Amino acid sequence: MSTSLSVRSAGVMHWRFVLQLIFTLAVCAFMIVPVLMSVLAGLTENYLVGLSSGLTTRWIAEVWGLYADSIWLSIYLALACLGCTLLLGVPAAYGLLKCRKRWAAIIEELLLMPVAIPGLATALALLLAYGQFHGFRGSWLFILVGHVLFTLPFMIRPVLAVMQAIDVVRLEEAASSLGAGAIQRFFTVILPNCTSGILAGALMVITLSVGEFNITWMLHTPLTKTLPVGLADSYASMRLEIGSAYTLIFLLMILPLLTLIQWFGQWAARRASRSVQ
Amino acid sequence: MKSTFATLPQVAHREPVRIRLRQCARTFAGRQGQHTALHPLDLAVEPGETLVLLGPSGCGKTTTLRIISGLEQPDAGGEVWFGDEQVTHLPIEKRDVGMVFQNYALFPNMNVAANIGYGLKIRGYSAEVIRQRTGEMVDMVHLQGLEQRAIHELSGGQKQRVALARAMAVQPRVLLFDEPLAALDAKLRDRLRIDIGQLLRQLGITAVYVTHDQAEAMALGDRIAVMEKGRIAQLGTPQQIYHQPATAFVADFIGTVNRFAILGRGQGSLQVTGGGLPSDYQGDASLLYCRPEDVRICTDDEPVAVRGRVIQRFFLGQSQRLLVDTGAAEPLQVDSSSRQHWQVGDAISLSVPADALFAITGNQTQPHAGEKAESAAGSST
Amino acid sequence: MSQSLLTTGGQPASRAAPSAQARRHHGKWLAHWALAPALAFFLAFWLLPFVQLMVMGAGADSSSGEPGYWAVLTHRQYLFSLLVTVLLSLAVAVLAVVIAAICGCFLARNHFFGRSLLLSMLTFPLAFPGVVVGFLVIMLGGRQGLSAQLGQLLASERWTFAYSLTGLFIGYLYFSIPRVIMTVMAACEKLDTSLEEAARSLGANSWRVIADVLIPGIRPALISTGAICFATSMGAFGTAFTLGTRINVVPMAIYGEFTNYANFAMSAALSVLLGAVTWLALAMARRLSADASLGGA
Repeated sequence: MSTSLSVRSAGVMHWRFVLQLIFTLAVCAFMIVPVLMSVLAGLTENYLVGLSSGLTTRWIAEVWGLYADSIWLSIYLALACLGCTLLLGVPAAYGLLKCRKRWAAIIEELLLMPVAIPGLATALALLLAYGQFHGFRGSWLFILVGHVLFTLPFMIRPVLAVMQAIDVVRLEEAASSLGAGAIQRFFTVILPNCTSGILAGALMVITLSVGEFNITWMLHTPLTKTLPVGLADSYASMRLEIGSAYTLIFLLMILPLLTLIQWFGQWAARRASRSVQ
Repeated sequence: MKSTFATLPQVAHREPVRIRLRQCARTFAGRQGQHTALHPLDLAVEPGETLVLLGPSGCGKTTTLRIISGLEQPDAGGEVWFGDEQVTHLPIEKRDVGMVFQNYALFPNMNVAANIGYGLKIRGYSAEVIRQRTGEMVDMVHLQGLEQRAIHELSGGQKQRVALARAMAVQPRVLLFDEPLAALDAKLRDRLRIDIGQLLRQLGITAVYVTHDQAEAMALGDRIAVMEKGRIAQLGTPQQIYHQPATAFVADFIGTVNRFAILGRGQGSLQVTGGGLPSDYQGDASLLYCRPEDVRICTDDEPVAVRGRVIQRFFLGQSQRLLVDTGAAEPLQVDSSSRQHWQVGDAISLSVPADALFAITGNQTQPHAGEKAESAAGSST
Repeated sequence: MSQSLLTTGGQPASRAAPSAQARRHHGKWLAHWALAPALAFFLAFWLLPFVQLMVMGAGADSSSGEPGYWAVLTHRQYLFSLLVTVLLSLAVAVLAVVIAAICGCFLARNHFFGRSLLLSMLTFPLAFPGVVVGFLVIMLGGRQGLSAQLGQLLASERWTFAYSLTGLFIGYLYFSIPRVIMTVMAACEKLDTSLEEAARSLGANSWRVIADVLIPGIRPALISTGAICFATSMGAFGTAFTLGTRINVVPMAIYGEFTNYANFAMSAALSVLLGAVTWLALAMARRLSADASLGGA
């Protein structure tokens, strides 16, 4: 009696497992099939004809010829954005850690605003406020400002989390009891112990900056096109194969970053659990 | 691991220094206005002495320590002196103190040797000196072979030894301990307590030690300052604190007390609930106290005794504690040999030697009867 | 007098010296200075411009002459656009949460060969910008897309949906699902399995366990992640931009007013309103999940 019951319930479990698996696979297909189609389209001679027209890299070469500048600009922008968020964000995280809880909450909320409200609104505000400074408006610095606004919280958050987790305040007290001044403390104790947070934040900042569109589209000029701006451009005015090839280049750029982020997240989680033990 | 630290180091190469606090108060601005963590406090720690600050959480002991260390500033008017030097406005990094923190606060980005040598490196010593001195410290706390270990690979006790070595490597003027053993399990705590005690005696360095553990305080302190609500309730040697508590709070916090309300006075005896006690006490206190281990179980035919019934019995291993109902509001607590056989309901006669009875002259805040019964079981550890 | 000022100022920083040195130690001023650059940057490049934007939104709308905010609330065209965007975003949020809850719980509770591959396939599109998502929708439902090819094969007509609200819906769903799955999985893994065991020990069957333990347990996560999806969909511009201008969602309306008509007051008013809606949604989500976590503890 009891065995038949357990067999039956195992059967039910199994049945539900299969249903859920099928559902999950369908969702996976929804997520991944268009990506594969796009990759394929970027590599086929003529997408309408299909694979029989042959595989080629000429679309990629063509994209490189048309849009190399925008790709380079995006890379420079991402690195500059990283530099700015490091300079602004790491000290800010430290400041948030040390200042009163209520103030810290308000400031964090404020700094999060460019992420919380649509990028279009942020970009519009920037344009209307600083658009008349033509030198600034026409340079890539204008876009950089938008990117830093948008990515700064993604640097502050993980750094602050690490600082809280390892109790930086206490470590700093220990260092000062041993004679270390503020500058020495920052470079010998605070900074080295926050590297995991800084690294996580840096990867996130670069990924977001490379892919940022909503703000950038409003702020760009014909001379300051970034990679996603070029993407939109190619989708609108080029043939499908070129758009696909360009998308492929973009995927190749962010795939390593995403893999690093995921790998790094797992590594940090393992390390955290180890230090708790 | 040997049970004691090896002797040697010239940690106390200099004359021990006297620490003095003058009118040191500390108030914090909280949401509901000002919160006084410490009322104006005068305190002197003699050269080479170990002073223990003891009290429940929130009593101001940690604030006092942090003021001495320089992590916290006293309110305006307070002064901190190390010997002849006023250090009130000197930040901790210039005060030349060694501090051992509750959760070790070891730098996770450095190995054992780098942690111990950190203070020396900050002071600009040569690599050779640092290496040699770190080696001495490692020997002293018996961590040989672990120099290159990462911090997360150490056990709790090892971490605490590293923290100790790190604080002493710089030859500080004073050593400060902020509940250093609180995070360790009971057995390890006992062992490290003995070790630290021996070390402090050998070094002869001025030390301030914060704890909420009375056993730790008794074992380590040359003197103990029992603190309550931002004030020192009593300052004295462990013996004074235990046998002549100045206030009911001190008597309660350190060990367990029985209290007798004096109902009347006879010839050489006092009349209390449940009988009488032999005493020629002439003072005007209406309450007298004694410790459970001073209560003597006597024969039923003893003329002057307190009589009651055993209502509970806790077997503690080395002794047993009996709760005896004498008709008073709270039961008497009596320690007796664990080999004596008592059962709940047994009639019992008790006496207290006259010299074990003491009055408390300080403020007579009487703890709640309920709290008392609770602490009977709680304080048996 | 200047003499005394000079002498006090010229004294060497003695040990018993001024409270400025003391205060350094508190670390408070240091903390404030550490925050200063980020705050200054934020004030100059976000807060100030945004306040200006809010003011500008009250200016005269160039087509009707009314103040921008008033024009939004009184003109059918804008109200309709707002309504469409809100409904679309709500539908996306609900459906994304349902789909992702099923997948997320499944992946969190079952460990099988290939699980991590499925997981990375589901979360990898998280970093795609809106434009790319729009293009992927075109790959599915555009004139040369998958459904068009299928339609050609089966019914010899090209089925396209990419350039309509349906396309937008699919696109929003596409970038919402990965977000929700991550959150649901985290919540599921954090959920105390002994609760389920307790329910089972009290005789609950597996459906009851789901209804009584699992769903209430991850509800805060579902609500907050749903609100994030809603807010993201409200403001998503890239996807709509790629799919074409025929779709009149608010971000497209803002863009149109700004670039086509140079109607700054109107675009400012719409932006501020859109920002307010998304911010409110996010704030509510945070409040709800915070309350729930407090209640749970």
